Parts: sequence; C-alpha cells; structure tokens
Amino acid sequence: MSNNQKSFWTPGNVLTAFILAGGLVLTFLRFYKGIGAVTNLDDNNPWGIWIGFDLMCGVALAAGGYVTSASCYLFGLKRYHSAVRPAITTAFLGYFFVVVALMYDLGHPWRLPYPLVYSQGTTSLLFEVGLCVATYVTVLFVEWSPAALEWLGFRKIRNFVIRLTLPLTILGVVLSTMHQSSLGALFLIAPGKLHPLWYSSFLPVFFFMSSMVAGASMVIFEGTLAHKGMHDKMDETHLKEADGVAFGMAKAASFILLGYFFIKVFDITMDNDWQYLATGYGAWFLVEMFGFVALPSFLYALGVREKNLKLVRIASVFGVLGIVINRFNVSMIAFNWQLPAAERYFPSWMEVGISIFVVTLIVTTYRFIATKMPVLYEHPEYKDAH
Amino acid sequence: MDRRKFLSLLGGAGLASAMGATKVKAAGTHTFNGYPDAMGVLHDSTRCIGCRKCEQACAEVNNLPKPEVAYDDLTVLDTKRRTDAKTYTVVNKYNTAGLDHPIFRKQQCNHCQEPACASACFVKAFTKNPDGSVTYNGDLCVGCRYCMVACPFGVPTFEYDDPLDPLVQKCTMCHPRIQEGKLPGCVEKCPKEALTFGRREDLLAIARDRIRKYPERYENHIYGEKEAGGTSWLYLSAVPHTELGMPLVGKTSAPELTSGALGAVPMVVGIWPVLLAGAYGISKRKEKIAAEEQADAVREAIDKTKADADNAMKTALDKAAKDKAAAVDREVKKAVAEAQQSFDEKLAAMQAPAEAEDTDAGNSPEEEA
Amino acid sequence: MEHIFYTLHDFMLHTKSIVYILMGLALVSFVGYWLFITGRDEKIRKY
Repeated sequence: MSNNQKSFWTPGNVLTAFILAGGLVLTFLRFYKGIGAVTNLDDNNPWGIWIGFDLMCGVALAAGGYVTSASCYLFGLKRYHSAVRPAITTAFLGYFFVVVALMYDLGHPWRLPYPLVYSQGTTSLLFEVGLCVATYVTVLFVEWSPAALEWLGFRKIRNFVIRLTLPLTILGVVLSTMHQSSLGALFLIAPGKLHPLWYSSFLPVFFFMSSMVAGASMVIFEGTLAHKGMHDKMDETHLKEADGVAFGMAKAASFILLGYFFIKVFDITMDNDWQYLATGYGAWFLVEMFGFVALPSFLYALGVREKNLKLVRIASVFGVLGIVINRFNVSMIAFNWQLPAAERYFPSWMEVGISIFVVTLIVTTYRFIATKMPVLYEHPEYKDAH
Repeated sequence: MDRRKFLSLLGGAGLASAMGATKVKAAGTHTFNGYPDAMGVLHDSTRCIGCRKCEQACAEVNNLPKPEVAYDDLTVLDTKRRTDAKTYTVVNKYNTAGLDHPIFRKQQCNHCQEPACASACFVKAFTKNPDGSVTYNGDLCVGCRYCMVACPFGVPTFEYDDPLDPLVQKCTMCHPRIQEGKLPGCVEKCPKEALTFGRREDLLAIARDRIRKYPERYENHIYGEKEAGGTSWLYLSAVPHTELGMPLVGKTSAPELTSGALGAVPMVVGIWPVLLAGAYGISKRKEKIAAEEQADAVREAIDKTKADADNAMKTALDKAAKDKAAAVDREVKKAVAEAQQSFDEKLAAMQAPAEAEDTDAGNSPEEEA
Repeated sequence: MEHIFYTLHDFMLHTKSIVYILMGLALVSFVGYWLFITGRDEKIRKY
C-alpha cells in the first residue's frame, strides 16, 4: 500500500471526493435557506427519506453489532469472534451518522439534548428512541474503543475496557431491543395514516425481529464487500472464520425470517385484513412478503444446506433490501396512503444527495478505521481479545 | 356572537357536567375525564355561510401576515385548502350529493382532550391547559415534527422556510384571550352563530339538544364527542361528517394507542438482563463441562500412554535381561568348549611324541573321550 | 400524592418519568448484584 499522491486517487477515492464536495454544498444550502429549500417535505408529509432511510434503515442495518456480540459473548459461539469488531465498527459508525443525519432533519438541531437534559417528554416513544440511541451510541463507542486504543498503544486503558465486554454486550442487547422496537412503535400513534396491512399493535415486535435479520444480512453483505476491497487487511483467523460466520448468520436469518413471515400472517388474520390483499397496496405487500421475506429465507436455507456461499451472499442482498423496503413502506409508502396522489411525497434530488453524502461518510470512515486499526485483524500485542 | 348572547346561552343551557363525560381508559383501572371546566367551541356547519370572517379575525388576533388572496374573495373556496404556517384556520366548501347548496365547514386545531401532539412530543412542547386549549411552546421545540405525524386531523404546520427558528404553527383557541374572559377571535366575528364558545360539557348538551329538536336538519353524530378520545372543538353537520372532509377517526386516544409499547420498555429492562445473563451462564457452564471432559480425556490418555510405556519398558528390560543371560550362557558354553578343546589339544600334543616310537596312528581316537 | 390527574397524558407523563429513573437504577443494580453473586467464583484465566 504505497502512499504517494498518484495511487491515492483511485476511482473509489475520486468518486468519494466528488460526493463529499457535493454534500458540503448541499449542507450549506440546507442550513442557509432552511429545510424547505432542499426537501419536498410539507405539512402533510413531515417525514421523508432523512427519517425513512437515514434514521430507520440506518439503525436497522447497524444491528449487526448487537447480533454478533451477543452470539459470541453471550451464547458462547466463539466462531463469530472475528466478525464482532467489524460489526461493532459498522454499528458505531451507523448510529453516529444517524445523529449526523438528524442534524439536517431537525428544525433546531442544537436542541437535540433538550429532551434528555431539559424537558423530558416521557409519554413519547420518540423520547424512548432518543434516550436509547444516545445511551447505545455511548455503549458502542466504548465497545469499539479497544480497536482505537490498541492502535494508539494505550494498553492499560484498553485492558480495562476489555473487562467491560460482558456487561456492555448485555446492555447493548437490552438497548437495541428497546430502540429497534420503538422505532416501529412510533407509528402506533397514527392508525389512520398507515395502511392496515402494515399497521399493527405488533409493529414494535415486527421491527425488532427484522432488525436481527438486518444485522445478520449486513454482516454477510458487508463481509462480502470487505473481502473484495480490504482482503489484504484480514488476518488468518478472520479469513478462516469468514465462511463459518456467513453460514452461521444465514442459518439464523433464515429461521428468524420464517418466524417473521408467520407473525405477519397471524397479524393479518387477527385484524381480518385479507380483503386488502386484493388491492394495489395489497399486491405491493405481497411483493414485500414473498420477494423480500420468504425468498431470502429460502435462499439462506438452501445456501446453508448446500454449503453454497454464493447463494448465501445473494440472499443477504435480498435481506438488506427487504429491510429497506419495509422501513420505506412503513414510513413513506404505506404512510399517508389515504392522501390523494397529488399530495403524496417523493424525495427531492437534494434530499437524496444528502443521504448519499451521509452514507459515503460512513463508508469512508469505515475504510479509514479498518485500514489503520485492528478491526479485520488482531493486533499482535493484544492476542487475548476474548 | 356577542357577549350577551353568549352569557345567556351559558345560563340557559344548564349544567350537565356529569352527563356523558368523555372517559378515557387505560393504565390498568384508571379512567380520566379531562379538566372539568375545559372550554370548547361548537361549530354548526348548517349555519355557516362561508364568509371567511373567522379567518380574517384569526389572522388579526394572531398578527398573522396578510394572505395573497383577500378574505372577501370567496373564489378560494373552490379549491380545498388546509392550514399552513401562516393560516391557523380555513373554511372549505363541500358540494354533497342530494343537496342543492354547498356546505361550508371551518377547520382548525381541535384541541383534543388527550392531544396526540402532546403525547408525541418528546420535549413537552405541547400542553393541554385546564381551560381546554392546547398550546405550543416554541422555545422548547426541537423541530422533529413528530407531532405532525401524530395528529389524526393533520393540524400542525411547520415553518419549513425558516432556517434559524422554524416553529410549529396552529390554532391556540386564543388561549391568552380566553384567560382574560374574552371570546376566541373567530367566535366573536362569526355573524351567523355558527361558532359557540362555552364549557365542553355544556356544548355537548347544546349539540344534543339541537339534534333532538331538529332531527331532519342534523346528522345524529357530534364529531369530536369521542373521536381520538374526545376533542374540545365539536362539530354538527347536516350530512355524514366524512363528506365534509372530516377524517374517520377512532375513539382511541394517542396515549391509549402508545401505552402498550411504552409499557413494554421497562419490562425489557427487567427481563432481558436475566435471560441474557442466563444464556451467558449456560454457555459458560457448557464450556466448563466440555473443558473438564476434555481434561479428563487428556489425563486418561496420558495415564494410558504412561502405562503402555511402562509395560513396554518392562518387557524390553525383561527381554534385555533374558538376552543378556542367554548371551552369558552362550559365552560360557563357548569358553568351556574352547577350554576343553584347548585341553584336548594340549593333551594330544603331550601324548603324540610318546607314541611316535610305537608308530601307531590308529590309537589316538581312543584317547579323545 | 394528592395531585389529581385529569388526563391520561398527565398520568402517563408522571408514571413514565418515574419508571425511566427506576430503569436506570435497575440496570446498575443488575451489574452490582452479578458481581456480588460471582465474586468468589474461580477466575477464568486471562493471559
């Protein structure tokens, strides 16, 4: 890995620079002229893709952190050990940049600490989300810090933090359960606005279960990308465990998706919503259920059974897309379904630009961390990381 | 509506505070009836002529900017409007089937008994006041707009074009004015008494009375009596309310809709650590047992190997001893045989010169015994 | 507590605020209690 100017400007880095530059321009516009100048949000549609994608999908797809750390440290599945640090790094960056993305969406972003320290609206599920996410970002930061501390050589602090792994892992699962489900619970307050096929008293359960699938799928999907782009940074353990990690996550995801499919069917049964399946929204609901829940479940199952890594990887793409589609449906597509077409929301290109900007920031930061710090490999001086 | 009329109405209506008080139920066995003296407004759309004087009064009282189209321009009624950041109330025109004239209806914040906006707000920027009004504190607002998601009537609006201090905007039921004993701006200006201000309980009684007296004039439903847990702004209509653009809203209030999910949160905190510590404990125990079994197996293997080695050593030593004894035997036998042979040769050599005189070569074999 | 709650909202604001504080205390207590229970267990070797 040479460091001279010529090889720094790889196609990936050029694209990154372009996106970052554009993002800075859009940022300036947003804060100079207001939210209305860069978004298509209005009084009927107060939440758009900055909430539906950046917040909802960002949090769901960062779930790999609690899934892998619980598997390894709580359920004793040591073969996932090499997957924990990459997943925790992804999770920490994911949550951190959710807060960054919120800065764009909030009317008074500097007042974000208000609900925690100044005026606690405890009747609100958004309060719950905010409190949990704030706490969890802190937990993730501490869980992630050994990678940085090893890089910096702060042995004593690093050894102290490592001893906190068990309580932090448990706290991480508790906090994740609460806020993943509360993100779904946000929509309980608006039964008139969310299409009956998606509205349910069990929205929190649906969101929590699918977050586990999101986490497992992202571990596989990200692992695939990392293997292509950062293979030379991976140590022997990581490479040896990689396939086992993928198949293990696939096995779990497959089974959870089956359970998720069942509880969705049960929910429609209990609300007697069958007639909605024969509508346009119903058709889209079936696409989500069969194309992005049943199908990945089956692809994962087949991939594990036949030890077919490629199939598992394809399934993980469907798994990730399924989460994105579900969060989009609940927050934007099935939300406000009753409004006439002229009043529906579609994101502006500038909104999309900001979202791409934030995702690029995450990827770039991840690349920096994984290149410089012991995430994909174990630091030779700290081999006891268990 | 003037003050005299209003006060006489109040007196004449009689107090029916206990009659049909809207109850909200949740939280175990608790029920809540709202503030007993909460005020409200009854909007009778059979009386509304769509003159828009209420809109004008609202803008004046709240110092809202002048609209693009003047208030006496009634052509705006041809399109459906909604409230926005500079318009706290609008009157819309509805052409319903079976009627030869349009119906006009005023729309604004309904000042719910259990406001969804207050329930949703994570920074307590909304308050249901004892006088019935729901007011907003722009100094706390973070601008998350969840209140706009939550409101079943789509009331709150947002100043999207303000980069520095964008606030939520909505009708205040003229809270400062009613605190001073005045009427809300819109109620005061309405020339047709389509708006009546009073205690919510009294207004419900008046509304029921009107329906009872003129059943052919009114739809038998007071919109806002139970919707979303009950609202302070009540509506009477000649046709089903949904035909006048009123959303079909169930009677469950926002706090009731969310209390289940909110209640599950502390349960997770109490139960998850137990289950997860249990999982950890079980997996550690399994590891420990597996380690012990492995240690046992290793020890056994070592013992066996040692025993085997000892046996092999013993066998080898025995064999070595045997070999040594045999070798010794052999050597002894050899030495004896050699000694014997040497003795025999010496003896033969000694006797040979004596027999050389006999010259008898055939006698030597007899001496070899 | 003599305070009357007129609305479910006010009631929940009160009860939920207390429960959040108790949740924080519970999490801390779990850690302390766990350390108490496992305090004299044989240590797991950490090289």
